[in-house]
Amino acid sequence: MTNATQARPYRAHMPLGWWLRRRSYMLFVAREVSSVFVAWFVVYLLLLVWAVSRGPDAYQRFLDWSANPIVLVVNIVALLFVLLHAVTWFRLAPQAMVVKVRGRRVPSVLVAAAHFGAWAVVSAVVAWIVLG
Amino acid sequence: MDRSRELASETGRRIAVQVARYRPDRESEPTFQEYEIPLRKDWAVLDGLNHIKDELDGTLSYRWSCRMGICGSCGMTVNGEPKLACATFLTEYAPGPVRVEPLRNFPVVRDLVVDIGDFMQKLSVVQPWIIREDEEPPDGEYLQTPEELADYKQFSMCINCMLCYSACPIYGLNEHFLGPAAIALAQRYNLDSRDEGAADRMEALSSQTGVWDCTYVGECSVACPKGVDPAGAIQRYKLTAATETIKSFLMPRGRR
Amino acid sequence: MTTTHDVLIVGGGGAGLRAAIAVVEADPRLNVAIVSKVYPMRSHTVSAEGGAAAVIRAEDSIDEHAYDTISGGDWLCDQDAVEAFVNEAPKEMLRLEHWGCPWSREPDGHIAVRPFGGMKRIRTWFAADKTGFHLLHTLFQTSLKYQEIARYDEWFVTKLLVEDGRVRGVVAIELSSGRIETITAKAVILCTGGCGKVFPYTTNAQIKTGDGMALAYRAGGPLKDMEFVQYHPTGLPFTGILITEAARAEGGWLLNKDGYRYLQDYDLGTPQPGPVLRSMELGPRDRLSQAFVKEMEKGRTIDTPYGAVVHLDLRHLGAKLINTKLPMVRELCLDYENIDPIKEMIPVRPVVHYMMGGVSTDIHGATPVEGLYAAGEVACVSINGANRLGSNSLPELLVFGARAGVAAAEFVAGESEGRHSGATALALAQGEDERRRLERDVLGREGGGERIATIRSEMQSAMEQGAGIYRSAEEMAKCADKLRELQERLPSASIDDQSRTFNTELIAALELAHMLDIAETIVHSAQNREESRGAHQRIDFPKRDDERFLAHSLIHRNADGSARVEYPPVTITRWPPGERVYGR
Repeated sequence: MTNATQARPYRAHMPLGWWLRRRSYMLFVAREVSSVFVAWFVVYLLLLVWAVSRGPDAYQRFLDWSANPIVLVVNIVALLFVLLHAVTWFRLAPQAMVVKVRGRRVPSVLVAAAHFGAWAVVSAVVAWIVLG
Repeated sequence: MDRSRELASETGRRIAVQVARYRPDRESEPTFQEYEIPLRKDWAVLDGLNHIKDELDGTLSYRWSCRMGICGSCGMTVNGEPKLACATFLTEYAPGPVRVEPLRNFPVVRDLVVDIGDFMQKLSVVQPWIIREDEEPPDGEYLQTPEELADYKQFSMCINCMLCYSACPIYGLNEHFLGPAAIALAQRYNLDSRDEGAADRMEALSSQTGVWDCTYVGECSVACPKGVDPAGAIQRYKLTAATETIKSFLMPRGRR
Repeated sequence: MTTTHDVLIVGGGGAGLRAAIAVVEADPRLNVAIVSKVYPMRSHTVSAEGGAAAVIRAEDSIDEHAYDTISGGDWLCDQDAVEAFVNEAPKEMLRLEHWGCPWSREPDGHIAVRPFGGMKRIRTWFAADKTGFHLLHTLFQTSLKYQEIARYDEWFVTKLLVEDGRVRGVVAIELSSGRIETITAKAVILCTGGCGKVFPYTTNAQIKTGDGMALAYRAGGPLKDMEFVQYHPTGLPFTGILITEAARAEGGWLLNKDGYRYLQDYDLGTPQPGPVLRSMELGPRDRLSQAFVKEMEKGRTIDTPYGAVVHLDLRHLGAKLINTKLPMVRELCLDYENIDPIKEMIPVRPVVHYMMGGVSTDIHGATPVEGLYAAGEVACVSINGANRLGSNSLPELLVFGARAGVAAAEFVAGESEGRHSGATALALAQGEDERRRLERDVLGREGGGERIATIRSEMQSAMEQGAGIYRSAEEMAKCADKLRELQERLPSASIDDQSRTFNTELIAALELAHMLDIAETIVHSAQNREESRGAHQRIDFPKRDDERFLAHSLIHRNADGSARVEYPPVTITRWPPGERVYGR
């Protein structure tokens, strides 16, 4: 055996703030965090339904509570994150779904457009039911 | 280089190159060394490194071979981004300095050379070869239409440069993750009309360190110099694996 | 500590991988290993672009492929080897297809073929314009299926161990740690490729330094036809990057500074709008490169800061064809020349591309050294003769890689244990000597001497001057003297890098030593061949001389380091020497 060096590879540590290094990583983390806010909206919706089910007084108390500035701010922030969630989801969807029509691949932009389109239609229907 | 060639690409300017150095027999962690080199308009970062090694400092170690972006040897981190040194041009970074480091997320053996043993082992895990039932192949070729070829062609373009592993924060945090290139290669065979081995590859791909470790950061596809889109390969497989799981749940006796 | 194998393959490119698989399939009990100075998928096979020829169309025939190859080689090809080659090429290529190689297809699903230079029929299979890349990756990935194949990735072989004319193994350096080991073997197959880096402008990668040729030559394996160096007519001017012949096969034109298709002046046919087989731009590479030099002498080439070029015009082919059939050509032009071939002409010039010569083998890949085999560009069987046709070298890797693997497996199986085992006391002692030599003479050198890069570039300039497309006795003599001088300067060149971990300067020094030895054999063989044939063209002997030189140049190394050349005749079976006719 020769007196060669033992190879001692250097392993760099991934810093705790690794996601601050690049804009794309920050966007990714924001997107992942947005699922927390999606969960919040689900909880909020359940609270709303429960309040409604207990009668008009309970419902009014719920609305007063929702008007509280803290709850308002939380809901606005949550809305922004949920929008981020939806937009990033629909834009990435075509990469997971390869749709073929008569042997030719449907372009990604159309698959994404179909998602946004469906979202718009559903939102319009819900808005009509709620506001109309 | 003869004088006329020098004049040709001479911009008259120079650029500073900060290169990561690591000599395990003398130091315990990497340092930086700065060199000043001519800024020639045709020079890739690789040409700059070759100038340093040939004229200024013969001790600089790095891998390279084809200098045309097909062998995958020269992956490095240039100004924080994973790049092929032979396909990245110095003038992009003028006036400099340019920072050249080894590929992130891999152990550094020496200077700009990283240990890719982990990737080499993962290649075998996905069984990247044609798997078929038939005992004897036919006399002629397996027929495959241009459309069938197009189904997997993109995923066959991987040059194993590992820029995708370098860009992937999940791989950086967890070295057990199978990773973009290995999964894209598995898909290359899964989607090849001649292959019948999708079921054989399923275990490795749908394991905890397979596709499900991926959270679709998407940086691998951004870094890929050959447009392989490994992120797409992984997400498609997630859909496939999920569908297969539901199908086997609903129809436990039928396999496909 | 040493390790031992039955068959050791040096080089992990197309030929090496194919040979390894052939050994395992011939006899799964054999212990086979591949040792390569790079990871196998980095091997230079990866950059081959245009295609691989094999007869599959009904209107084609084996005999015609043989004739095209033999006439393309200016009758220096051994016809028995060519016959075996053209017969086995289709089977080997189909085997690659069964292994998953993504060959381009006709609409009905059959394998597509394209025209190529020097071929009378359309028989070149292709995978877009990345044929070598797909071939290598298919072979490498398939080799992973065979657990019996061990690999030494990034180990550099420095010496072949030979005892009494019988190979015993190798000495190799592990790059990552710098340790030097003796690996014994009963048979060794060299698959290390060519030596383009001996010249300054080449399509070849950095790793093509003629290692296997030098190892064999020093170990007593003669080299054959070393003077035949192929210049590819269309390389990019600064980098030397290859622009595949397929660009011409699809219909590209070569134009001089007046926009004139000048090949018509050189007995290569008359220009037609579309590509015509064996005519004009689809003539053989040696003739096209020679035509460039003549145009340059007439002042009809275009001057650029990188020397003279001509233009390759693909504009009339249209965007659709270029993007489907020549996508890599477009990528390379955009990246490295800032030119879009759809709209602009590509500047090109001849650059060194392939080595017809190499380690002399028979048609089974066996060298005169017992147990030593060679296949691929490192070998000279010879099927390429004085000039190789494009798209013959990829099938050559497969056919002769397989043949050498089978031959080595049979050789090992046919031996009994004991006396013929690789690890003899003498071999191990030789291995120790080599390790001491490396540590003392190479690693132990003082600094402050010449740079390796200086010696290397002087070698390259000398070779371009003395052993280029057109040669003369005077220039070759000057070149030979210069090489002698460089051989003397090399041992005292500095190796500043004293580390054992991944020392690429040490490897560069060892590679340069290989290249100087090979360069000397090229020039020496060229000086002694007093005729012009194929890629070897002499101003002082401009004609082909079948009487004296229908023979191979076989160069041996004498004990004192000098060389002697012998002339074994070429094997002629069914095609007596004739005139090479193109365009008529």
